[in-house]
Amino acid sequence: MDDATLAVRARGITKCFGDVVALDHVDLDIAPGQIHGLVGPNGAGKTTLLGLLLGLAVADEGSLEILGAPVAKASGVAGFVDGPGLYPSLTARKNLAALAKLRGLDADIDEVLAEVGLADVADDRVRGFSLGMRQRLGLAAALLTKPRLLVLDEPANGLDPAGKKHVHGVLHRLAAEGSTVVVSSHRMDDVEALCAEVTILATGRVVFTGPLGKLSSDDQELDYRLRTSDPSAASRLAAETTGVVVVDGAELLVVRAMVPALDALMSRLIGAGVAVRELAPVVSPLEAAFLDLTEQESGR
Amino acid sequence: MTATVEAAPVAAVPVTRGYRFELVKLVSQWRIRLLVLACWLAPAVFVAAVSQQSDLPTDTLFGRWMNITGWAGPLVMLGFAGVYALPLLTSVVAGDVFAAEDRLGTWRHLLVAVRSHRRIFVSKALASLTVILVLVAGMAVSSAVGGVLAVGGQPLVGLDGHVIAPADAAGLVLLAWICVLAPTLALAGIGLLGSVALGRSPMGLLLPAVVALAMGVAQMLPLPVAVRLALPSYGFIAWEGLFTSPAQAGPLVIGIVVSLLWAVLATTLAYLLFVRRDFTNLSTDGTSRRALTLGALPLAGLLVVTIGFVAVATPSTGSGIDQDKVQQSVATAFAHLYRLQTRQLHRPDVTEEQLATTVACTKGDGLVEPEGPGNDWRCVATWHLPGTTAAGQAIYQLDVASDGQYVADGDGPKEVNGYFQVRTPDGDQPNPLWQFDGHIELLSKG
Repeated sequence: MDDATLAVRARGITKCFGDVVALDHVDLDIAPGQIHGLVGPNGAGKTTLLGLLLGLAVADEGSLEILGAPVAKASGVAGFVDGPGLYPSLTARKNLAALAKLRGLDADIDEVLAEVGLADVADDRVRGFSLGMRQRLGLAAALLTKPRLLVLDEPANGLDPAGKKHVHGVLHRLAAEGSTVVVSSHRMDDVEALCAEVTILATGRVVFTGPLGKLSSDDQELDYRLRTSDPSAASRLAAETTGVVVVDGAELLVVRAMVPALDALMSRLIGAGVAVRELAPVVSPLEAAFLDLTEQESGR
Repeated sequence: MTATVEAAPVAAVPVTRGYRFELVKLVSQWRIRLLVLACWLAPAVFVAAVSQQSDLPTDTLFGRWMNITGWAGPLVMLGFAGVYALPLLTSVVAGDVFAAEDRLGTWRHLLVAVRSHRRIFVSKALASLTVILVLVAGMAVSSAVGGVLAVGGQPLVGLDGHVIAPADAAGLVLLAWICVLAPTLALAGIGLLGSVALGRSPMGLLLPAVVALAMGVAQMLPLPVAVRLALPSYGFIAWEGLFTSPAQAGPLVIGIVVSLLWAVLATTLAYLLFVRRDFTNLSTDGTSRRALTLGALPLAGLLVVTIGFVAVATPSTGSGIDQDKVQQSVATAFAHLYRLQTRQLHRPDVTEEQLATTVACTKGDGLVEPEGPGNDWRCVATWHLPGTTAAGQAIYQLDVASDGQYVADGDGPKEVNGYFQVRTPDGDQPNPLWQFDGHIELLSKG
């Protein structure tokens, strides 16, 4: 992709806090209209990177362009890090109205509140809001500015499944309309449900960036939970199958295998008349890849 | 909502909009609303209630006149405000205006919205200043209205005993409240500095109150005049010089200038700390050390420079209280108040020149040097009446405070100053010579 059309283009970004290197020569490309996940263990540098995207701090080294402009001159960026900034003594509506006035925006507050599902509590003080409601209101505050790049730190924190689905729907719609969304998350299932591409950070470095499909592949050895009609026969057949290792057979059968070996085991189980009631990875492929990559980086 | 990819404006938010935003946030807080209500109502109720009582707060400046004139009430309130109310108000408003964002975790949100540290600082400083001004104005207006409605706008007796006409008294009361805005701004600057430097720490919130308390204690100590005047807290008492004739303008001007210098320096230091703060790394901001180097040391430097300047530019060595000044001040006040008593008793009027009052004062029964504050001053006033050869004499025990304010307590003869009331044809009235307040100008030459 042409660099000029990228929503985010980072080259050699380094940011230190005293002796602590928060980001270490980070390169990052994010295409417009994409929902991009930013994941990593605590202290990996996610919040620092999001802060740089929002213009809250300046990198010590490297260049960062947002929507084709240097970050200091970038327009159309909104979002939050470390939770949404809201004023508890104001109602939801007044929080947004004050922000709109501050930014000189002629925004339809009711429409934005409805967009995030808070129309019913528009006139309630934020003091009484749950974490999930605050997250939604934080999203609404970001949407007020009609951002071209939306940067969200853990937007699903505190949301119930319905709320999470609602927020995901809003973000998907934004992306479909051409805006770029960068979200950080600790939850790999959220990233899988939301993002087309992901960047994994560990100890301030990028250890992976690209489509999710590249991260989880058939040649990845995973642990699977296997529930059958005959556990002892299943355990025996698993032990006899090439490429399959029985990790735990005491109560619930757990086997470690790549996908082809797992296919062979399934065929043998069916051939032996053993019914398979459940087959599921103990950790998701994405999470396994994440743990693998970040542990490798931490071990260096 | 239909989100579009149209670019939103990104330019830094103008200060006017930021100011309005900060004002909305401040006014939305219950404690600020409560304070505004209290400052606009409580002084009126207090002054009106106290003015109706026979037992007046005579240990407070102008307190003894509260049931005589409504203009005494706002001055009693001013004395109280300088010691307690204004430091606490600046703590609650200026001391919290930055710390509140730390507490709520809203800094990053604000920075993303405004995109300018400088404009955020200016907006917050102006908004907190506005609220402080509203609170101070409330106390001034409320106490004056309460006093005038309860007692009426009669003439006020000044600190040298001269009678101030109602219109002049109103103007002086207003001026006195305006004068204390300078030290209030100094405390507000210190509040901003504490709020920026110490953040959520309770010490950040309480800094103006703690500084005011420390400086108030310093004002009570027998410090040299130069040190006393170099502290911004002197501005809270310098207004007393307005109520003598001529006004004691020197200490007043110095008090105001020093206070404004503190306000500017403290606010500038707060600004420098704020614009250098890294908001992506809240855990390692090292505020304590910076607070010491960027906050306390320059202010201490300003104090030293100011002490040196005042010491060189004015006659300010020692306590500023000596025998000549005490005698002169008591003589002037006595002569003015004697005329007032004469009018109360419907006796033939006399002038200060005809009375030719002289006062002889000693300290510690003459066993100590007649200099400095203390409650062991004893003065004998001598005066003459036209047409008589004998001179009248009255004795006073003086309690002189280190800021130059004193209370003269009559010690006889009983016909002149021995009883708290005088019997007049119109009934009993307070005896102006029984006990009176005065003020010695610390900078004048005896």
